[in-house]
Amino acid sequence: MEELLYAQPGWTHVAIFFALGAALLVTVLGFVTYAILAERKVLGFMQMRTGPNRVGGRFGLLQTVADVFKLLIKEDTIPKLADRPLFILAPVIAFAPAFMVLATIPFSENMQFADLGVGLLYYVAVSGISTIGILMGGWASNNKYSLLGGMRAAAQMISYEIPLVISVIGVILFAGSLNLNDIVRGQENIAYIFLTPIGFFVFLISSIAELNRTPFDLPEAESELVAGYHVEYSGFRWAFFMLTEYVYLFAMASLTTVLFLGGWNPIPFLDFIPGMLWFGVKFSIVVFFMIWIRGTLPRLRADQLMGFAWKVLLPLALLNIFVSAAVKELFL
Amino acid sequence: MIRTEEMLLNVGPQHPSTHGVFRIVLKIDGETIIEATPVIGYLHRGTEKLAENLQYTQIIPYTDRMDYLAAMTNNYVICHAVETMMSLEIPERAEYLRVIVMELGRIASHLVWFGTYLLDIGAMSPFLYAFREREAIINMLNEICGARLTFNYMRVGGVKWDAPEGWIEKVRDFVPYMREELAGYHDLVTGNEIFLNRVKGIGFYTKEEALNFSLSGANLRCTGTNWDLRKDEPYSIYDRFDFDVPVFHTGDAWARYQCRMQEIEESLKIVEQAVEQFPEEGPVMAKVPRIIKPPKGEAFVRIESPRGEIGCYIASEGKKEPYRLKFRRPSFYNLQILPKLLVGENISNLITILGGIDIVLGEVDG
Repeated sequence: MEELLYAQPGWTHVAIFFALGAALLVTVLGFVTYAILAERKVLGFMQMRTGPNRVGGRFGLLQTVADVFKLLIKEDTIPKLADRPLFILAPVIAFAPAFMVLATIPFSENMQFADLGVGLLYYVAVSGISTIGILMGGWASNNKYSLLGGMRAAAQMISYEIPLVISVIGVILFAGSLNLNDIVRGQENIAYIFLTPIGFFVFLISSIAELNRTPFDLPEAESELVAGYHVEYSGFRWAFFMLTEYVYLFAMASLTTVLFLGGWNPIPFLDFIPGMLWFGVKFSIVVFFMIWIRGTLPRLRADQLMGFAWKVLLPLALLNIFVSAAVKELFL
Repeated sequence: MIRTEEMLLNVGPQHPSTHGVFRIVLKIDGETIIEATPVIGYLHRGTEKLAENLQYTQIIPYTDRMDYLAAMTNNYVICHAVETMMSLEIPERAEYLRVIVMELGRIASHLVWFGTYLLDIGAMSPFLYAFREREAIINMLNEICGARLTFNYMRVGGVKWDAPEGWIEKVRDFVPYMREELAGYHDLVTGNEIFLNRVKGIGFYTKEEALNFSLSGANLRCTGTNWDLRKDEPYSIYDRFDFDVPVFHTGDAWARYQCRMQEIEESLKIVEQAVEQFPEEGPVMAKVPRIIKPPKGEAFVRIESPRGEIGCYIASEGKKEPYRLKFRRPSFYNLQILPKLLVGENISNLITILGGIDIVLGEVDG
């Protein structure tokens, strides 16, 4: 990888990078396909239903594939009074950063696409762009429900980004680096979840809010705003918004694993199991937790959501910096 | 200088949380509601006018379609009105069957409310749990009258069908099962911090306001008014049962929630006692003429439906059709306070308040 980056550019290199990118995209889309199925199955199990069970055998293994195919052949409608260029651009702007952030995530010791020195910062900065896409979609639809959803999304994602970023300062203090690889290596002895439990708590809640998932799914609150910012979208444009959501779920769960759960590091005495698998297990636990939350909790109200971010999470995140610094100074 | 513009938002009649075809036109500033105008009538079927050309037995199926979540209570109110006019004596067994099915209907209705209310607030699981228990009730009612929703079970002078063999035992077994599940609901929902934040202090009104707007049912009892027709003006055989009327004093959505949840428990008590006292045998239909002709005159009866006081007024000229029929439909009256409650609230609270009133559009529009 390193050699390729510094070598003379040529068609072979372009082809290799293209192939690598395509491989990642296929992996991620494969995950999204089965994450949607898993979500529906787990929710079904929690609610005493069977979930999808027709397409692709008893477990509905091809249900999502069929759904995506249906979306592909669906008519693509654009409202007459919509702001056409923005309407078309919005899903792309929302989706592209979701995929871009995956480049820095180290899935195992040598499975990483870009080993950036400022990996964590890159993640946070790029993921912020998606908010613009969502706000754009809400505005361009020329629909009052979409507009309300878009405004809620912008307010919510900006508010929750602050505690999210501040909560990881504890991790950065311990690792002494913004590089995600270094952060994982720093957890060889002990995962950071034990060193900064407050940071983990704040990070987990803020990440659910960033993902717009229950109990923070206000931007698309189906019982209030019908579907929020994507009311007017149909067909594959709508699918792009849906993909954004699930790719971010993938990215956020990966980031949580890397920052707090020790990434590919094994539990002591079980290091014969490959790092990739450890990553997968920890990652799946995070994803399952988010689905579990969705099956259990009702939705917050917009003002309570804001109050919670600024009055509870932010002070806690600030306290976490102090506690982390003290822990580092006294015990490490 | 920041200038904000008012926006006209049309909620419904095709909206997931208006519980049917209710429409409300909002004037909003940001998300704050400045003015709310409800528009009703999308489900108007002219039941009262139709009834003027129907024989009394033929009116009963129309009442099923008013409050379709508690059709047994509606069946009863029309039968009760005609029976009052004709001074009919109803057989014991029929009375017990009526009380059992009405109370089961009340539980089923409150379960639908519980499920959909939580769905409105954003929790999806309680909805499915509530519908599982409702399904058990619906199956029992299906067994006794052959319909799941529009029962058409009661007749002037009694009930159409006797309970099939083993039915009473099924009802008896249902009571402890339901109590257990109810405890599960409380574990899942009642103590949840997010839920409490969403309902506490929302949609508040005082006792005087409730009385002025002629609210009834849980919407009235949440303000500290102890008024339940089953207790205060006992009809049928309700004076034989020992049960309490849940009354709460805070007058908000939280009080209404607690009120309805406790009413399920009280209904279970009534069902339990009714099954206990159920007469071994006897007729389920009084001796009534084939063509029912109440004497000339008028009558008004009122009973406690899951949604409040449902009343029935009949003016008869001694013919086989009523001269005029009028239902006091509680959902319609309960809905009147909505525009007043909405001013100054935001859209999330609109859903909480509307859901808390517990309307059935079939009944609102008549």
